[in-house]
Amino acid sequence: MSTLETLLQQLFNALSVGSLYAEAAIGLAMVFSILNLVNFAHGDILVLGVYTMIFGLAAGLAFWSAALLGILASALIGLFVERIAYRPLRGAPDVSLLLTSFAVTILIENGLILFVSASPRAFPLPPYLSGFVSLGNLRLPVIDLSVILGAFLLLLVLTVLVTRTSIGIAMRAAASDLTGALLCGIDINKVIAFAFGLGSAIAGVAGIGWAGRIGKIDPFMGLEPVLKGFVACIFGGFGSIPGAVLGAYILGGMEVLLTAFLPSEYSQYRNAFVFIILIIVLLVRPSGLLGKTDKEKL
Amino acid sequence: MNRRSLLSALFLLTIAALILLVVHLFAGAYWTRIAIVIGIYSLLAVSLGLSSGFTGVFSLGHTAFMALGAYTGALLTLPVQVKQSTMQQLPGFLATTQLHFLPATLLAGVLPALVALAVGPAILRLSGHFVSVATLGLLLITREILLNAESLTRGARTFTGVLPLTNLWWVFLWGAIAVYVSWRIKRSAIGREMFASREDPLAAQALGVSILRARLLAFVISAFFTGIAGCLYAHFILAFSARTFYLPVTFEVISMLVVGGMGSVSGAVLGAVILSGFKEAVRVLEPGFAIGPIRVPPIYGLAQIAMAFLFILFMMLRPKGLLGDREIGGLFWWDWFRRRSASLVERS
Repeated sequence: MSTLETLLQQLFNALSVGSLYAEAAIGLAMVFSILNLVNFAHGDILVLGVYTMIFGLAAGLAFWSAALLGILASALIGLFVERIAYRPLRGAPDVSLLLTSFAVTILIENGLILFVSASPRAFPLPPYLSGFVSLGNLRLPVIDLSVILGAFLLLLVLTVLVTRTSIGIAMRAAASDLTGALLCGIDINKVIAFAFGLGSAIAGVAGIGWAGRIGKIDPFMGLEPVLKGFVACIFGGFGSIPGAVLGAYILGGMEVLLTAFLPSEYSQYRNAFVFIILIIVLLVRPSGLLGKTDKEKL
Repeated sequence: MNRRSLLSALFLLTIAALILLVVHLFAGAYWTRIAIVIGIYSLLAVSLGLSSGFTGVFSLGHTAFMALGAYTGALLTLPVQVKQSTMQQLPGFLATTQLHFLPATLLAGVLPALVALAVGPAILRLSGHFVSVATLGLLLITREILLNAESLTRGARTFTGVLPLTNLWWVFLWGAIAVYVSWRIKRSAIGREMFASREDPLAAQALGVSILRARLLAFVISAFFTGIAGCLYAHFILAFSARTFYLPVTFEVISMLVVGGMGSVSGAVLGAVILSGFKEAVRVLEPGFAIGPIRVPPIYGLAQIAMAFLFILFMMLRPKGLLGDREIGGLFWWDWFRRRSASLVERS
């Protein structure tokens, strides 16, 4: 491989990883922007979607209808969790919400272990998604290409949704000032439920891409997407959707760079490096790249 | 410290020591183990409360300090022969020394405290969620290092051969010290600064409180006791890996603190006692049981699920926990008695 080809290959990898992170981060950012809640259970909602999809496949559904079922399940579970666990805590200190979402995570993970089992399951990809496309010396896995394409379409739809529809505009209003939006006659509960449903559905999409790349699923796989989503949100500025997407691609690029250029005995520490960089970013620019000014900084 | 609170503390210590003595003398191995678990969790909850409860900096990463304490302590007390057979790659003095339990425990507290001192000034400047995420990052980094530093920790494999040195009395001693230190800090000037910086950072700063100093002090002391709890835990379960110290433990300790009351030392102990007891009780049910003719099949993970439910209920119904910032001293029954007799006198 020539240097240029290596570079292109790495860029492709960064794009595909970044797309997954972006999908995981969007839901987090939407919920945070309105409720100030760091929703730890986001990753487990993603996992439940993937499990639903697996059961759909096992019941004989075609790949795409099963995928749709999984995404729908994610959205419904997101709505359910919001209604049951978070809505009763509206107005409580932020920390209570964060800890509650932690509890929801424990609940979902142990529920999965109890009802499904903790051992990993294979995630079967249809043949047309598991091959490679060869471009010169480049090997581009079809699943990665579809992840990138999917994220692109999703972002397009999301942009239209958030800027052109009334519920999207209401969501942005609620994000900029919850009380103000309430005074303007916006039904806050509807908007928050919408944000949870939409964010969880997008997480469901991320889950399918994630499982497709790894090829197996287990009840604990939700932790990594949610952590990467957090990091992406912080890079971009917590609470800003474009920021979250930007942060996700930066994070993807950084990880690929660290893996490619760190000596191999250090590359196993790449998550540690990412978190160190994160803490530095938080110190230098706590509001992230595109974030609102942070009132919480000392 | 005035005479009253000294009396109160002495009274509580005596009661606790008497209970432990009874457990030690008359109860079997099972109850002794439960008492030790409760003690270690109390120590963890009290230490977490010292940092998270007093200063409001909610740490999700204290388990990292526990892991560091466990590995440090276990490495230091491991007999030299065992080291030569199972861990040949140990560097320098670690391979050739074996310490007694007390100095090993102390060092197991000092190392996490030093780590906290090093990272504290960076992450404690953040606030709200960001500090939680940053401390979670600390846990992840620690875990990754422990999993990969093969020569020191055996990597992903289980660290075995730890000597069973933890007994009821070590746990009691360290628990009592941690409770005493937290209690003194809470009543001291720096403790007031911690609470002030929790309630309103801006107002506290305006009064000349150095928020970073208050937070850092709480964080470092808290890391010290958490490390010691980790060391005690290591010499109790005898075999562990980096996976032992992760989110489930983190969540359990947080639940105990929240249920007991975030700013309360006695609350942390109370929460640890209640939730450990609850967990053990539910665990008895896990292998399955029968209610009359109905057989309930084994439900593994029930303890965790029940704890999470309980936690969410607490958040909704009593978000400040059982005690909030208040304390129950050892003499509360005396106050109650005095109030009651006074009101009786008034009525007559």
